[in-house]
Amino acid sequence: MAKEFELNEVEVWDGNYAASQALRQAQIDVVAAYPITPSTPIVEGYGAYVANGYVDGEFVMVESEHAAMSGCVGAAAAGGRVATATSSQGFALMSEVLYQASGMRLPIVLTVVNRALASPLNVRGDHSDMYMGRDSGWIQIDAFDAQEAYDLPLCAFRIGENHAVRLPVMVHQDGFTTSHKAQNVYPLKDAIAYKFVGDFVPVDEMLDFTRPVTHGAQTEEDWHYEHKAKQHKALMDSPAVIDEVFADFKELTGREYKRVESYMMEDAEVALVLLGSSVHTAVLAAKQLREEEGIKVGVVAPRCFRPFPYDLIRDALDKPSLKAVCCMDKSSPGGAMGALFNEVSAAAYSTNARPMMTNYIYGLGGRDFSVDEAKRIMKEQKAHADAGHITTNIQQFSGLRGPKLGFYEIRRS
Amino acid sequence: MVEIRWHSRAGQGAVTGAKGLGSVVATTGKQVQAYALYGSAKRGAAMNAYNRIDDEPITNQETKMYPDYVFVIDPAMAFSDDITKNDKPDTQYIITTHLSKEDLIAEIPALHDKAERVHVVDCMQISLDTIGRAMPNTPILGAFMKVSKMYDLDFFLENMKKVLSKFPQKIIDANMEAITRAYNEVN
Repeated sequence: MAKEFELNEVEVWDGNYAASQALRQAQIDVVAAYPITPSTPIVEGYGAYVANGYVDGEFVMVESEHAAMSGCVGAAAAGGRVATATSSQGFALMSEVLYQASGMRLPIVLTVVNRALASPLNVRGDHSDMYMGRDSGWIQIDAFDAQEAYDLPLCAFRIGENHAVRLPVMVHQDGFTTSHKAQNVYPLKDAIAYKFVGDFVPVDEMLDFTRPVTHGAQTEEDWHYEHKAKQHKALMDSPAVIDEVFADFKELTGREYKRVESYMMEDAEVALVLLGSSVHTAVLAAKQLREEEGIKVGVVAPRCFRPFPYDLIRDALDKPSLKAVCCMDKSSPGGAMGALFNEVSAAAYSTNARPMMTNYIYGLGGRDFSVDEAKRIMKEQKAHADAGHITTNIQQFSGLRGPKLGFYEIRRS
Repeated sequence: MVEIRWHSRAGQGAVTGAKGLGSVVATTGKQVQAYALYGSAKRGAAMNAYNRIDDEPITNQETKMYPDYVFVIDPAMAFSDDITKNDKPDTQYIITTHLSKEDLIAEIPALHDKAERVHVVDCMQISLDTIGRAMPNTPILGAFMKVSKMYDLDFFLENMKKVLSKFPQKIIDANMEAITRAYNEVN
């Protein structure tokens, strides 16, 4: 029987430690892991809990991230609660197996500490790895700070393991900005956290020898399409469960999460849409700009990156007052508009407000995103709103040294 | 909001010091942040650690700050680092050095117009005498308590003991002595 971990009402934890504590409290059966900066302290901390008797489950040290996720797939198919952590190159190496996990409908929890992808080699936070997971069939939930990096894995087990969902779940946090920044965190007592997560109830577990089943079968043109459509439907239907789990979590802790977080949008004339720790900085900037210059700025942040909250993004942006929206992508777009811009623009196109949409690339490789820069971008959106058309290139780069870089201009007035 | 920037070398305990300060402050009901920006992430490399302290939840996630206090815990970095970066008119500097305040300021042009905001304390010698090795991170916090008047020395010592509770008693005692000496010796 695992020992109880003594916790204070308020702890000063960074995002990594917060996530490792959440994993410990979920009493996972198998963690198969391979370390990589900046997520290493999650599995390092978890290994220490196992060694010191705070966890009853197995900790499997493997030879690569591909093996880590393969181990997770095997253990999950066998019928256990399973989780691991990774970042960046490790995430990339896992990617083949990520699709196996979701296609086999195994509710693995993966805590991803977002980090840039090489080359050039870079250990700091951007969203390249998170974006790489967007078509992998996993639910992706984004934590903006260390408290959320503790809360959301607890929710993730409940969501993924729900028999109406049966999908793997990633919980993201920003490398260094969140993972290595200590702040006040209010943890739950072990028993209360575990009760919230609940006992693991397997489906078609391989270790049930009275009822043999096959996992990971081959299907060609006869059934593959139906499987993938069913998997997609499971993702599209999962918001009902996600919303229910978030509601239960609010009842337990008072901390409220929504699939789309929306700040000061009721009367907003301009808005930023962005992900991760920058959301907090943008909200601070918006509040200051409202006070200092009376510009009505709002902020919209998809908490749930997958399934993409098309419905709630529309709700957030369909405001008669809203004239200009800037979507900010913290991932190198590789010859396209930013992915968040494309997805949010598509949702906004089917609203009555149909605001002007622009795109900023920012923060690559951990480039700092400041309150002042957020305000500058907000004021630029206000200039679009006042002019009645987009006054800059549609895609621009924030905080980039060297010549100004921008692409495409507006074609409608 | 109180903002603190640490100038340190990796291995001198700036991150531990920043987190320790955060842990003590959080017990008094305040909100804190403690984080670091590493250069090459090697022992001995220049690095910064940071603290934010406020009564309200701290939402700003940007790394850059306009510090209220600058801690320089490696003596040479007062000369080699841009310690007055993002200086405010009331930024206070607490610098570990074996030099007198006058001699130190005379050597650093950026401090010439900030003499009344500079405080010196020899955290290296203090930690060598008490802890037995150069570990300037806890003594600087003693000096900070004196300069900022944030908490009584006794209150701070009591709470710091809890933060260090995983260490052997001998190390805790040595750290308490180091903090007390720095509190008394900073000027």
